[in-house]
Amino acid sequence: MSAVSSDRPSLGRRLADLGRMLVSPRGAVFLLLIVLLVAIALLNPSFAEPGQLIRFVQRVSPVAIVAIGQYFVIVGGEFDLSMGSVVTAQVVIAGNLIGQDDAKSLPVLALMLAFGAFIGLVNGLIVTLLKVPSFIATLGMMLALLGATLYWTGGAATGNPADSFREIGRGGIRDLPVIEILPWSVLVLVIVLAVAIWFARRPFGRTIIALGDNAMTARYSGTRSWWVKTSTFIISALSATLAGVLLVGYAGVHPSVGRGYEFTAITAVVLGGVVLGGGRGWVVAAAAGAFALEALFTLLNFAGVPSTYRDAVQGVIIILAVAYAATTIRARRRGRALETSPGPAPTNDTSPAPVAKEPDPSPDPARPAHIPSTQRADNETKGGS
Amino acid sequence: MTATTAAPARRSRRRRLDATLIVGIALVAVIVIGAVLVASVGRNFFSPGNIRDILTGMSVLGFVAIGQTLVILCASLDLSVPYVVSLSSLIAADLMAGNPANIPIAVLAVLATAAVIGLANGLIVTKLKVNGFIATLGTGLIIKGYLDTNYKGTSGEVPWAFQVIGATGIGPVPVSTMIMLLVALAAALFLARTRVGNHMFAVGGNEQVARLSGIRTARPLILAHVLCSITAALAGLLLASRLGVGSPTVGIQGGYDLLSIAAVVLGGTLLMGGRGSIWGTIGGVAIFAVVDNVMSVMQVNPFLKDVVRGIVIVAAVAIYTSRSLDRRRPRFTTGATGTTTPDAAHEKEASA
Repeated sequence: MSAVSSDRPSLGRRLADLGRMLVSPRGAVFLLLIVLLVAIALLNPSFAEPGQLIRFVQRVSPVAIVAIGQYFVIVGGEFDLSMGSVVTAQVVIAGNLIGQDDAKSLPVLALMLAFGAFIGLVNGLIVTLLKVPSFIATLGMMLALLGATLYWTGGAATGNPADSFREIGRGGIRDLPVIEILPWSVLVLVIVLAVAIWFARRPFGRTIIALGDNAMTARYSGTRSWWVKTSTFIISALSATLAGVLLVGYAGVHPSVGRGYEFTAITAVVLGGVVLGGGRGWVVAAAAGAFALEALFTLLNFAGVPSTYRDAVQGVIIILAVAYAATTIRARRRGRALETSPGPAPTNDTSPAPVAKEPDPSPDPARPAHIPSTQRADNETKGGS
Repeated sequence: MTATTAAPARRSRRRRLDATLIVGIALVAVIVIGAVLVASVGRNFFSPGNIRDILTGMSVLGFVAIGQTLVILCASLDLSVPYVVSLSSLIAADLMAGNPANIPIAVLAVLATAAVIGLANGLIVTKLKVNGFIATLGTGLIIKGYLDTNYKGTSGEVPWAFQVIGATGIGPVPVSTMIMLLVALAAALFLARTRVGNHMFAVGGNEQVARLSGIRTARPLILAHVLCSITAALAGLLLASRLGVGSPTVGIQGGYDLLSIAAVVLGGTLLMGGRGSIWGTIGGVAIFAVVDNVMSVMQVNPFLKDVVRGIVIVAAVAIYTSRSLDRRRPRFTTGATGTTTPDAAHEKEASA
């Protein structure tokens, strides 16, 4: 990766900045995504046609939406393992309660959103009030919710929502000039992403990052940490609900829809350079991580790799991506320790001043940033409270 | 449970007792409730057959959870265990191929493979600085890819001489559970009596302090990952001996990754590392086994079992943390500051 853009600096400052951004852990996911898309287009030129590209975006959008929701939880320093079960539950709810009755679509949609928010609220309250580590709390929710859903359906695929409802996931605005069809799910993704970017820049969004970075300073600066943390779980459950709505249309009703989404979402978020344990990361990069992951699978498909190797390649990629980010941050911190600011962290310029600083307890000024970075990588990344 | 009004001076002494004591109390409570429920449908909870069922149910998860305890003590995680379990069962069954003479070779090969996987996990976590969650998720996916590609179904054959381990018992106690308890004893002694074992607590509790105290922080972590993979391999061997064949899906079906972590946390080990005990973990595994057994006897719908399991996990950990909250060291309640002195942070935490 670094070879691609390190030969550019002579072309001018902007290109150099762009190159630096692309090789930084924050921007590496975009470079990875571009490389993957170019590789796919080379293997299969028809992929580069606008119509095909928009189909690709349509396919990714549920994963990307889930990743955006997971981003807020992770950047706040926690995990949400229940997202896959929430997706499954919502898909089954839509299938069973809407049936073939168009008139029920809106009430059931409202019910699904309320149910999603409720699940998120329960997760959040268990984590914040009962002080159960989020890993365990959402694991319990994952088991309980999936079990309840399967118990309800008897473990089989039941129900099929009205076509008007499924239209959200598989239909779109037709007869457009270049791209033929603009799927609703792409529109939903764009709206969700825009709202997420706006939200992350609001004081509340910055407070989430501050809380993930250092819970104690956040609390001393007046954060209602229980509410901030609970809200991240509500956001993630709502995003899982949206993904469920899209998946009902796209994939139909089946109890296995949504299985494994929590780990896919975490993988996407981590690919996007978001640090497990909280406090670092950019929501757009998290969404780009979802695109990169899906592009990787598409590439493997076109390259004729057996589908059974998908998992293995995914495993290698996430280890390499995180290792790259971890070692780069470490090297940068070491190199620029005495300069003004450690660059790669996107949160340093977005967090409120009193809480933006790294929790740096090192007494030794000669190597001030090295120790926290390793500690962050190893110790603080469990999301437990 | 018991009252929490110990004087601060006596706290440190009581604390050590309580961690495993609470788990024990919870276990007794679960057994009592279970016995009442089982009696209500006219069965005897304490019949030798039922006790044997519970102990058998403990053994596989017990092996995995012992290793997971070591890794979690070091403030890491191992999500690759179910795949190691599956891989071990396959390697064992394939190499034995029905011939008792091949047993030693097969067992050695399984343990060596697991050690290599654990070493890879440990090196990725310590040298590449990849978070344990991601590193082991990645290696687990790699093994899964290998398994899915090379095995379409069950494979190999385990000779009767090896199947005996999973099938026999002394009285109501199965041999496999006794081996598991011996491994637990070894692990507990390892943690309590050896230098590396003590270093695991230090590294998990606070890596910086451990480093500044002159501990090579990478070694205990790598060793914990190696031992965790080896205990997962033991679980795989046991499953191979029970099934008579190797299976590529046996680990995932058991859900050993998340359930072992849940059992460890249920056993009072902190997910953030640095504190916990093997015996607490065994208690957590026993709680799971008893709950499962009671539900089986009462013929609960298999999907509802998951609901109950999820609620039990959360409820048990909630009870545990709400009791022991004020006795945690500050870094576990406040996030990440080493600057505040423990006592000051403790007071703030208590008043917050």
